[in-house]
Parts: sequence; C-alpha cells; structure tokens
Amino acid sequence: MPDGPSALQLVLSGDPALFAIVRLSLYVSLSAVALAALIGIPLGAWIALTRFPGRQGIIVLLNALMGLPPVVVGLAVYLALSRSGPLGAFGLLFTASAMIVAQTVLVTPIIAALTRQTIEDLWLEYRDELTAMNLGPLGRIMALIWDARFSLVTALLAGFGRAAAEVGAIIIVGGNIEGFTRTMTTAIALETSKGDLPLAVGLGLVLISIVIAVNALAWSVRRAGERLAG
Amino acid sequence: MRAPSSELPIKFDGVTVAAGGVTILDDIALTLAPGLPTVLIGPNGSGKSTLLRLAMGLLAPSRGRITWGGLEHVPPLKRAIVFQRPAMLRRSAAANLRFALRAAGIPHAEHARRIAELLELVGLHALADRAARRLSGGEQQRLALARALARDPAVLFLDEPTASLDPIATKAVEDIIRAVSERNIKVVMATHDLGEARRLAGEIVMLHRGRIVETGAAASFFDAPQTPEAGAFLAGELLI
Repeated sequence: MPDGPSALQLVLSGDPALFAIVRLSLYVSLSAVALAALIGIPLGAWIALTRFPGRQGIIVLLNALMGLPPVVVGLAVYLALSRSGPLGAFGLLFTASAMIVAQTVLVTPIIAALTRQTIEDLWLEYRDELTAMNLGPLGRIMALIWDARFSLVTALLAGFGRAAAEVGAIIIVGGNIEGFTRTMTTAIALETSKGDLPLAVGLGLVLISIVIAVNALAWSVRRAGERLAG
Repeated sequence: MRAPSSELPIKFDGVTVAAGGVTILDDIALTLAPGLPTVLIGPNGSGKSTLLRLAMGLLAPSRGRITWGGLEHVPPLKRAIVFQRPAMLRRSAAANLRFALRAAGIPHAEHARRIAELLELVGLHALADRAARRLSGGEQQRLALARALARDPAVLFLDEPTASLDPIATKAVEDIIRAVSERNIKVVMATHDLGEARRLAGEIVMLHRGRIVETGAAASFFDAPQTPEAGAFLAGELLI
C-alpha cells in the first residue's frame, strides 16, 4: 500500500488535480450527450413516423448499436481521426474533442432507439387527433417530441450513464494525457494498474455520486413535469 | 351565425369500405345537409364510427365517392371530430386548446380570447391550468369538444360523445352539443343510446351490419319506423 492521503481525504480536500479530472469528465460526457440528443432525437422521431423500405432493418440495427463495444468505437474514431485518416486534417486525435466525438458515436444510437420507441407509442395514441387537426409532418414531430419530453429525459439519462461509465473509447482516442485528456474512468484504470488505489477509489466514489445525483435530478424533473403536464 | 360553408352538403355515393375481406360499410348513399343534428344509430359494429371517419376525410372509401360541397378530397379545414376516446395532449387544458388554435392557423393575437371563450362554453374555465390528462372523463370529453370547436368548424362529428359518462356529465355534454347546433354548426353524431338520439336528433340515420336500413326526420322515425330492423331496435330488442 503506497503512502499518501486516503480516498476520502482526497475527495474532501478538493484536490485541484482531482477537480480538473472530474470537470473534464463531465464536460466530455455532457457535451457528447447534448450532441447525441441533437442527432438522435430527431432521427428517432423521424424513423418512428416514416414508413420506408428497409425500416425494420434500420430499427434492428439501431437497437443492436445500443450495445456497441466502446473499444471498437474508440478504434474506429481513432482510425478516422488519425493523421492519415479521413478526418486527420482537423488534428483532433488525443484531444477532448476526440473523446466527445467517440462518446457521441456511442450514445447517439441509444438516444435514437429509445426516442423511436417512445415517439412511436405516443404516435399510436395521437395519430387520429393530429391527423384530424390536419397537422403536417413537421408539426406532428414537434408536437410528439414536446409531449414526450419527460419520457425522453430517460433516454438522455441512459445515454449519459453510458458515456460517463465507459473507458474503452476515450482511452483510445484521448490517450489519458495528464491534465489534458485524463478523465475519471481513464484515471481509475491507470491508477489501479499503477497501484495508487486511494486515488482510484476516490475517483470511483465521485463518479458514482455524480451518476446518482444526475439520475436523481432527472427523476425529479420528470416527476414534476408529469404532475404539471400529465 | 356563420356564412354557408362549402363543406356541406357531404354526399356519399355508393360508398363501400372493406378491410381484410370484411365489408364494414356496404353501398352507402347519404347526404348530410345543413340543419338540425344528424344522429347515426345502430348496434355496435354497425359501421357508425367508420362512417364518421369517412365523412371527416380520415379514411378513403374502397369503392364509391364522397364529396364535400360538390368537391372530392377537401382537406378538413372546416371539419372537426371528437373521437370516442379523445387523446388528451400531455399539456394543460388551455394548452390543448392553444395547440388546436395554432394547428388551425388562428392568429396568435386571438388565442387568449378564444381559449377563454371556449373554456367558458364548456364550463372548464376554472380548470384552464390543470393537466388535461388529470381531468375526469366528463371534463376530458368537454375539453375535447372545445378543442374540436377551436377549429371553428362548419361540421362537427361526434363519436359516442357520452358513452361511459354519468347522467350529470352526459347532460353537460348534451347541453354543449345543443349550443353548438344553435350556432349553425352542423352536428353529425353517432350513438347507440336511443334516449340521447331522441333528445338531440333532427334527423336519424340507422345503420345495421354496414348498411343504412332507414333514414328520416327524428319525429317520424321514432313514432313510426318503416323497417322491421328499426322497429326491433326501438322496441329494445337485440339486433344481431
């Protein structure tokens, strides 16, 4: 056991290095969820309301992609962003942006698939009314997304849980560079293998607390919303 | 009072609806003209709801044609429908009305006034901010009526608007329907409640097994039905 502060002391003392790691982790994962929501919610709603050949196949694929292995996403994004890759010119590899890209790829199918299911269920309920109101496709999609907003919070949460917990994708494209691309999960992996267990345990505690806090917040938003909007 | 609308008359000409080998409506010829409420009666499964959907334009006939004011394929801008189980949007009562006003292209400046009027008409002004899905069955039915009226329709279709309501809620809904009819909005309503048909109808259309068995002024229909099916239905026998 190496000498040094205990896990709890580290967390309670507000260690600046630890604080920077936590902040970067939140920045990466929340940005990825926001981007994935911008892509996944309209995409899921569109698939829910549109009939086209191969739709069933797309839905199966989307559901399957919910279980994408993070390391595979990391590898694919690594290849795309590396100097010789198609997006190499942007020089994003081993930056926070690269980690956001990787987690966006990971989270978008989750949000799109859950949105598709939610919107399709709501559409079955609303179809007659919205058709009788002579509402166009855009109006329908907007109305359904708005009325499903509290259920969609669950989709965003699932996406955030996935992003906050994964290590495989960001360690490949971020490189776990101290003070630059070191996040909670990559630091835990590194410190555990180095034997600095207090830091690893401290970060683990912070990570779990954040996930619980975010879920609690979203849950209360959802409950309050359902009380107000039905 | 409203100017005569191009929606009426709605004419059914040899209209048949078949789905999956089952004929739901068979060779319907019917004219819905301005005037007192037209009430569709008949047992469950006789095709009343399907006829309303056709007249609303939500469903296309398998054969035959439907015209609104002499034209085919008229978008439902001046028609509105209250379904048997209206879906309440997950918003407040007032927001449900605002949504319908916006969908109908009513200028934003008029929304507040129209919402207040409509809530007053259906007696829900005290519940404007209540979540629509938290309203009772009767209140939801009245809100659905207000939402349909938000479109400022020339024709209002009602599918069993008082099914599963208690007498007090039923009376509230029927009073609104009468008020609507007095505003020269053509009411076309399906019911299997003969008492309700007697209370509201100016004209009766009786359906049985997808066919019209009898039509006529309500008074003469109830006093002297012309067909054995209508007689049996009025006598309270089970029409199968």
